[in-house]
Amino acid sequence: MKLTIEVNGDRHDVDVDPETPLLWVLRDELRLTGTKYGCGVAQCGACTVHVDGRPRRACVTPVRSVVDKRVTTIEGVSGPTADAVRNAWVSIDVPQCGYCQSGQIMTAVALLTKLRRPSDDDIDHAMSGNICRCATYLRIRRAIHQAAGDAK
Amino acid sequence: MSETTKTRTGVGRRNFLVTSASLILGLTLGGRNAAAGGSPLTKVRGGDASPDLFIEIRADETVEITCHRSEMGQQVWTAMAQIIAEELEADWERVRVVQAVGHPRYGDQNTDGSRSVRYNFHRLRVAGGALRTMLERTAAKRWKVAPSSCRAVLGKVTHPATNRSISFGELAADARAQPIPTEGEIVLKKRADWRYITKPVKSLTVPRIVRGEGTFGMDVQLPDMLVAVIARPPRVFGKLKRVDDSQTQLVSGVVETVVLDTPTPPAHFQPLGGVAVVARNTWAALQGRKLLELEWEAGPNASYDSETYAQELMAKVREPGEVRRKRGDVAAALESAAERVAAEYYVPHLAHSPIEPPVATAKWDGDEVTCWACVQAPQAARKAVARVCEIPEDNVTINVTWLGGGFGRKSKPDFVAEAAVVARAVQAPVKLVWTREDDLTHGYYHAVSAQRLEAGLDAEGRCVAFLHRTAFPVIDSTFEAGADQPSWGELRLGASDTPFAVPNLQLETGRADAHLRIGWLRSVCNIYHAFAVQSFVAELAHAARRDPKDYLLTLIGPPRHVDPNKEGAEYDNYGSSLDDYPIDTARLAAVTTTAAAMANWARPLPNGHGLGIAAHRSFTTYVATVVEVAVDEEGRLAIVGVWSAMDAGTVVNTNHARTQLEGGTLFGLSNALYGEITAKQGIVEQHNFPAWRVMRMNEAPRHMETTIIESDAPPGGIGEPPTPPAAPALTNAIFAACGLRIRRLPIFGPDRRDRLAVKGVKQ
Repeated sequence: MKLTIEVNGDRHDVDVDPETPLLWVLRDELRLTGTKYGCGVAQCGACTVHVDGRPRRACVTPVRSVVDKRVTTIEGVSGPTADAVRNAWVSIDVPQCGYCQSGQIMTAVALLTKLRRPSDDDIDHAMSGNICRCATYLRIRRAIHQAAGDAK
Repeated sequence: MSETTKTRTGVGRRNFLVTSASLILGLTLGGRNAAAGGSPLTKVRGGDASPDLFIEIRADETVEITCHRSEMGQQVWTAMAQIIAEELEADWERVRVVQAVGHPRYGDQNTDGSRSVRYNFHRLRVAGGALRTMLERTAAKRWKVAPSSCRAVLGKVTHPATNRSISFGELAADARAQPIPTEGEIVLKKRADWRYITKPVKSLTVPRIVRGEGTFGMDVQLPDMLVAVIARPPRVFGKLKRVDDSQTQLVSGVVETVVLDTPTPPAHFQPLGGVAVVARNTWAALQGRKLLELEWEAGPNASYDSETYAQELMAKVREPGEVRRKRGDVAAALESAAERVAAEYYVPHLAHSPIEPPVATAKWDGDEVTCWACVQAPQAARKAVARVCEIPEDNVTINVTWLGGGFGRKSKPDFVAEAAVVARAVQAPVKLVWTREDDLTHGYYHAVSAQRLEAGLDAEGRCVAFLHRTAFPVIDSTFEAGADQPSWGELRLGASDTPFAVPNLQLETGRADAHLRIGWLRSVCNIYHAFAVQSFVAELAHAARRDPKDYLLTLIGPPRHVDPNKEGAEYDNYGSSLDDYPIDTARLAAVTTTAAAMANWARPLPNGHGLGIAAHRSFTTYVATVVEVAVDEEGRLAIVGVWSAMDAGTVVNTNHARTQLEGGTLFGLSNALYGEITAKQGIVEQHNFPAWRVMRMNEAPRHMETTIIESDAPPGGIGEPPTPPAAPALTNAIFAACGLRIRRLPIFGPDRRDRLAVKGVKQ
């Protein structure tokens, strides 16, 4: 079935089963491989993207449900908050293997967009859906606080 | 990978590939030296140090460094580049890294065992120093001055006497034609002059990761590539009895199904068999697999039941076992002790669950196959593919992508062999994807283990007899059908090397059959051995009414070097010599006192709080960890703080050593809190998160401090040593907080109530 979706500001025509999770459309059809597969059941957060600015698990989001919505991936997320998050991630050397970090960053950007000065409890609440097997949690927390201080 | 977008001309051979997404994976096999006469550096300590194997300088001043070890988050790209750039006197801003293919020419590429820096430090310094020497000689020749009057500094060769300088890029082509100097001609830089080594140089991968760039195994795309998933037999060595794929064939995008051969024991790195579903995209492959109708023969492991097995394993350590290390007369000392203490410990199977599951892509050209995969051991992958496909190893090229975590899983290349087999069957490039369910139910599991420790204390509470019995299904069983005896290589992981100053000490082992594929997982047997030994130390301290930290230091004893080989053990010291890397009790004691001081060990604590400590040497590195917990009346546990000190000898990158100390410690805490893989009727019961549970942000400690001990000793391991002390430090802290002694892991069961079985914690 032919669908049109908007990803990172560009419109794409795709011909897929409308039930296909957005994750596989991004990765296999649009070759946007920054969004990762980790579990397929919305338990690890590696596939987190923004749909109309809010974090969504692309692995359980049927592509039909994002027609007429704005999808943003790690490749396209931008603006002062995204910049502050990326800068903090780099200056603190947060990632180890990096595979989960697209999802961590997308969740962190969404958190800081909603809450400019999140508390540790806010961070726990927002980030606990994103598994990092390298366990970079201490640095993710620090980086979110740093980004909150830097974001204008 | 943008680091690899240029293909090499001239020296060396390049395998590269342009994909439809304009992604270029250029992967390097460093060529022989262009200069006639070959290299005099093929046999330096650690291997071949010929500079052209690792370094190419381009006319545009780019210094391209080939990393022959796999990048999986330990920042090995950065570390290897730091070592080479240091001796080369390269300008760090010009350094780029490319990933080596798997080839014996690089020497050992198996990126596990915490040995990338340990094995390659000297060799890579020599390689960098050799090319620096060649550049200096080239400049001297141009200027007609003595080479000793020229000096390489940050990407240029200078002649201070005449204030001239010339860039590496301008010299590179001529320098390459110079003879490679002998090791004796190369003057390595003095430690005091290091500008990169020991410094917190920024990661070369992180700036790309935060943009979603970089190519992991899962991200490989080839033109006309198909995607496959496999329905594997639910039990190891189970067989396919019948398959009906008629519903699968109806799924739009499914191309075909492939029945795979059933392997014969031992498992080694063979595909497990089953039925592959090959499709035009991942989703179609997954949907098609769901619709397969499958019947399996159970095979020889259908009786494996974790509950029963735990009892059998525990029974083994209650009986005398085979003596593997012996000092004095433990039996007599136990007999005459004023007090005897005994405790039994159990640690379950664990899964690696790297956040990127195993995945590999294969493309055939005649009887040659090229693979792209997230492998820790590309040469093992090359061998496995050659063996399974019955082709010469030279017909197999293994390109190594970034690894989305490894932890030991990705040094078992069964998934690469699967990709090659399926790609050959369908005569098209195939990406063979493992789902999380595949990863958790068809792993090479960390061994379940049972241990019993017994000690005799004298009237003053001093330990005079120390008996350690351990039993677990062995890694050898994966490579040799029926192997059931712990190897020296497993015992050296925290059992045969216990460094305690006790007059009578004995290690015994029991035999155990394996019913899953047993593999190595970050720090391997150190996980359970350190858990038992370091828990038992705290139990002895309690029995002796002594402070656990003081008692641990007493057991570690006076400064000395311990050699288990003198007491009947065969101890290989993680592949490093005991002369260079002794078991040094002074260093173990030093990290212990450092961690205790960091945690302010003797401070008064609130009710319900407790401090626990553990110290352990592994991979030639010393780590001590203190954990503070709080336990409330309901048995709720909070990890209040963690303090870790690590002495890894010379540390190439202090910042990344800290990230490993943090991550490795939390990895150990995660295992201890939640980690358990169980089997019923031979089938693994945990299919995905959260049934297999790993630590999340809200469960991680909020406070952790790390100290990297400054040391001139040769570099030790970094990636694994932080893990072993974490679990016993945690359970010792829980005992200190509420009197509950945890001897069976994980701490929390599958009910997810997360309550400790405490009665009346004072608040």
